[in-house]
Amino acid sequence: MTTIVAYEQSLTTGQLKSRANRRRLLGKLPAIIGTLPMMAVAIGVFVIGIAFTVVLSFTNSKLFPSFNFVGTRQYEVLWSTTRWVESVKHIWFYGLGQISVSLVFGFLLAVFMDQRIRGEDAFRTIFLYPFALSAVITGLIWQLMLEPIWGLQAAVRSLGFTNFTFAPLADGNTALIGMVIASVWQGTGVTMAILLAGLRGIDDEIWKASRVDGIPAWRTYLSIVLPMMRGTVATALVLLVVNVVRTFDIVIAMTGGGPGIATQMPATYVIDNINARNVGHGMAAATCMLLPIAALVLLQAILRWRAARKRSAA
Amino acid sequence: MTALAPTSIGVEPSGPRPRHITAGRIGIYAFLIIAALFFLLPLWVMVITSMKSMSEIRAGNIFALPMQPTLDYWVKAWSSACTGVSCNGLAPGFFNSLKITALSVPVSIVIAMINGYALSFWRFRGSELLFGILVFGAFVPFQVLIYPIIFALSRVGLFGTLPGIVIVHTIFGMPILTLLFRNFFASLPSELFKAARVDGAGFWRIFFWVMLPMSVPIAIVAVILQVTGIWNDFLFGLVFAGRENLPMTVQLNNIVRTSTGTVEYGTNMAATVLTGAVPLIVYFVSGKWFVRGIAAGAVKG
Repeated sequence: MTTIVAYEQSLTTGQLKSRANRRRLLGKLPAIIGTLPMMAVAIGVFVIGIAFTVVLSFTNSKLFPSFNFVGTRQYEVLWSTTRWVESVKHIWFYGLGQISVSLVFGFLLAVFMDQRIRGEDAFRTIFLYPFALSAVITGLIWQLMLEPIWGLQAAVRSLGFTNFTFAPLADGNTALIGMVIASVWQGTGVTMAILLAGLRGIDDEIWKASRVDGIPAWRTYLSIVLPMMRGTVATALVLLVVNVVRTFDIVIAMTGGGPGIATQMPATYVIDNINARNVGHGMAAATCMLLPIAALVLLQAILRWRAARKRSAA
Repeated sequence: MTALAPTSIGVEPSGPRPRHITAGRIGIYAFLIIAALFFLLPLWVMVITSMKSMSEIRAGNIFALPMQPTLDYWVKAWSSACTGVSCNGLAPGFFNSLKITALSVPVSIVIAMINGYALSFWRFRGSELLFGILVFGAFVPFQVLIYPIIFALSRVGLFGTLPGIVIVHTIFGMPILTLLFRNFFASLPSELFKAARVDGAGFWRIFFWVMLPMSVPIAIVAVILQVTGIWNDFLFGLVFAGRENLPMTVQLNNIVRTSTGTVEYGTNMAATVLTGAVPLIVYFVSGKWFVRGIAAGAVKG
């Protein structure tokens, strides 16, 4: 026993520190082994994978990756390809349409749900169930609903309104509207659930104060409550944006991209180019899809950093 | 984006207190009922159309009840509808989806659970950075990563195989599940962990004896999230599963696209009902659990 103590004492502090370090490292070793899959995914897929895609976008890879660099040639071709340019326009139209309708409709639903109504659980179940379904199913149901000969249009006409016209999918100019309806049907419940949680996080005192001041409820919602829950709105918005950029399944199931190329999206463009063994070109398109998401994440990081700095300054 | 999980979904309403039955109250219910009809109508149409013969679909309107309800189309959709290659109906797709889900769900959840545990209690240099990359990964469009993964999997001979699709589901499920478990473990009192440490328990011992039993509720949320997410997946199944393992959603789309002559809406809708049945049952049975998962799961698209 005493020899051990003497031995320990004979060690310099430097040696002691390095031994402690080693022991700490050894203690953490299982944690590092346990998180190997996470490291593989984070670095192998999300870092190297994305870098691989970006690098390939500057090559003329066909089926297999080649490192025959062609500069920005793929991007030049991409932005002069009608189908890509149209796809980008479509995603803007579809995205702005879906996001604005989902936010407004979702907020209205959340506000109405918040009026101490009866059967709240039943309503919530009804508003949310489409989200449990696959986008393929959503696409197929709405394709039938909007089918000109048998769908909604025919049903309303058979009631006597023979001039009633509502078959957006049949016409290239309106097909995207049909897709917006289907995606609103599927996704609004989630927006409602998130916004409702935000509404319920508002302090009751706010309501008491606004009632004392005689402010009508709708004004309180718009001018006081809504600005107070901008964090929740931002969350709902980010989720909607991420889902819009990914839009693929619903296009395939609902319209297959048609009529013509009226509902093609960037995501279908990338997949088609991979299938057509035109990988370099497809990766240029994929890189363009990544940019808005990267910008969004960067913006969020900056906002968070600024908030943290403000907090530490206060 | 991490702090968004609304834990207060089930709490009391905070809106203005209602007075008696007024025009406003009637308006509120009218709006909610009309909205509910909008959400319910497609389900109604899907179910009744699957029981109507084609002549009846042609004659009547899509909202009307079938005059002679039949389950023939259900049988056909299940066992004999054609997908271009073969005429075995949806049944093979159902069993493929079952296989893919049964393997991917436990694998992805166990890995994510260990991640969340390590990130909460065993931080090491760079672990926060890894987590940051992972969260970023939750927002990356899938199409950006599909080709690199196709390439890597075919190099090791797993492209188009069952293990291949399981790996893909594990990769894309990891960001959101890790987030879910990390937030859960971070909310546990750290004394719990310290006490186990003082008793001399190591990484795995604490994980299996302390953390695992405590994380049952959050694991249920994760299971619901993954079962519905993987069952509903279309893109990954289409690209990675290979011809032998095509999931139900892909088979469904193939059946609908393969129309010889006239489109048979009865069969199509019966196939749609059958494919949607599993996630719908999970949804209606799990109720509040599903809602809890949504806040986290909505990130996954």
